Amino acid sequence: MPALTDLIEAGRPAEHHAPWRRAVVAPKVWNLAVEQLAGGRWSLLGLWGEPDRVHMALLDEARDIGVISLDCRGGRYPSVGQYHPPALRLERAAADLFGLAPQGLPDTRRWLDHGQWGISHPLAAQPGKPAARSSYRFLAAEGDSLHQIAVGPVHAGIIEPGHFRFTASGETVVRLEERLGYVHKGIEGLMAGAPVDRAARLAGRTSGDSTVAYSLAFARAVEAALGVAPPPRAMWLRALMAELERLANHLGDIGAICNDAAFALMHAHCGVLRERVLRAADAAFGHRLMRDRVVPGGVAGDLGEAGTSAIRSLVAEIRQRFPHLVELYDNTASLQDRTVATGRLKVELARQYAAGGYVGRASGRDFDARRNAVYAPYDELAFDVPVLQEGDVNARVWIRVREVEQSLSLVEQMLGRLPAGSIRADIAAADNVADGPREGMALVEGFRGDILAWLRIGEGGLIERCHLRDPSWFQWPLLEAAIEGNIIADFPLCNKSFNCSYSGHDL
Amino acid sequence: MRKLLFESLIRPPLTERAPQVSDAAVDELARALDSVARKRLGRSLSIRAIDAGSCNGCELEMHALNNAFYDIERFGFRFVASPRHADVLMVTGPVTKNMREALKRTWDATPNPKWVVALGDCAKDGGCFAGSYAVVGGVSDVVPVDLHIPGCPPPPIDILKGLIALLEGANGTVGASLG
Repeated sequence: MPALTDLIEAGRPAEHHAPWRRAVVAPKVWNLAVEQLAGGRWSLLGLWGEPDRVHMALLDEARDIGVISLDCRGGRYPSVGQYHPPALRLERAAADLFGLAPQGLPDTRRWLDHGQWGISHPLAAQPGKPAARSSYRFLAAEGDSLHQIAVGPVHAGIIEPGHFRFTASGETVVRLEERLGYVHKGIEGLMAGAPVDRAARLAGRTSGDSTVAYSLAFARAVEAALGVAPPPRAMWLRALMAELERLANHLGDIGAICNDAAFALMHAHCGVLRERVLRAADAAFGHRLMRDRVVPGGVAGDLGEAGTSAIRSLVAEIRQRFPHLVELYDNTASLQDRTVATGRLKVELARQYAAGGYVGRASGRDFDARRNAVYAPYDELAFDVPVLQEGDVNARVWIRVREVEQSLSLVEQMLGRLPAGSIRADIAAADNVADGPREGMALVEGFRGDILAWLRIGEGGLIERCHLRDPSWFQWPLLEAAIEGNIIADFPLCNKSFNCSYSGHDL
Repeated sequence: MRKLLFESLIRPPLTERAPQVSDAAVDELARALDSVARKRLGRSLSIRAIDAGSCNGCELEMHALNNAFYDIERFGFRFVASPRHADVLMVTGPVTKNMREALKRTWDATPNPKWVVALGDCAKDGGCFAGSYAVVGGVSDVVPVDLHIPGCPPPPIDILKGLIALLEGANGTVGASLG
């Protein structure tokens, strides 16, 4: 059984790639890696293209991380998705953006390209003429008395756009197929050739609810590439913001899931706590969502005494009120009736798709980037990673509940031990690339799961290529599986319990 | 649950006069909004949210309008599920090319009189996404806009202020789209 490090050593190593290694490998080695994925021994962390090359970030059995790259002669490479389905949509996306053709890919429909851009393969060396418009062929579902329900892209609530095609037999969902890409903004295209600070602003606007996590992932990738270490205080403040973001999102989600089971009381109370978090974040960091507060090199502003006390009273209030809400959730039979055994995601699927966050951890996947790809200051903090096996809506609620408790503890620990000192280091991007382009990568645990950022900084300190992989890439397909056999009225509940990102996925 | 509900009865409300969140600005705004809305629309304005390409940040703050602190429904403003029920379309995001058609069709499905509010910096001119192959630009590049509320994202209080401005201007520029 090969280890990832053997494969990387068999290839031609990229000179400046940090903190994990990258190597350009031969097709044979590439296929060997695909075999490990297909055999369920390794996990796929990401797959992205460049005009003449395709990259794959991998996690092996020993939880070692690395990237292998394959040169695409004539724009072709052997498809990973044909043997390892989690790669399917990533390959379709890379095909749309770069014109890379995965050989053997069973699904060649366009994914992000809806025929509206006016060009095709916008990120290829030579973008092409627009492909002929054709209607999207949804997968067939055949049988007696089946009917289809089309939902979206504009949904009924205050939600992001996407299309869901249900095939139902009576009330029971036989098949759900998602069609995404509606909010594709071309973020990776805008980043190419951009200075680091502009790219950082784009990264922070990839998925609004995870703006801290994205900014952090991008900043850490830049710092890894350039070999810059931010001051300790900056690292701690970043983690503090990340935990506040997790708190706000989990509290909002717990309420919203209950609301989708028509239990508005939880929604109202959780909404109050969420608002408290946003107000404390505003008082402490000057922005309710803490946007643009994490920057390459450190953080944009320091935490003062007023901010510290705002966070302290926030923690005190949540500690006082949240347990009552948890009790309410746990003791309301009508609510439990909706969430228990609904939208069950199998443990095997969560493992195969390397599902991150509460989706994976509610289905037995014990992975958290804060612990498994540890970064400062989490190596100095005490926290548990809750894991459940049931995989239903209820389990995804409970993972969030436990993570709220863990985040409160983390916030308290950080406030108690916040190091003093400066908050920002100069990244001097242009000077640091004097000896050639440098590549960096980061894996950051957002509230939704692990976000991967990979980038190369080239001449003049400009971003040559940046890829951001949202956790939703490996969660959206699982929602299709989890809803099967459930009644259609439970879809909002299941969907909210996954709470996948549209914008983060569509880029 | 009984205890929680009972507490809600005896505790002062979070909204408006609650001392622990007493925010003079919210209070003042609430009163102003109330009188203006009543005059123009007789206490009813239905808002339909459309995400035409946003990062989801603006949606989060729109959601916040429904929480106990802002409680937008007390003014007769409510978010509705269909454009056919709406008076106001609140559109977020740089309009992506993939959403252009859906935005246009949603606007077409909204009966007159209607107003369009472009919410957030991206909705004005595409913001930091302007110039992308996948982005049309601001909301006004696709449908006529009556009001723009800036911010990234605009905090709930700014959205409320914007709605007042919309109502106050209802006899002016907005009148054109009343026909």
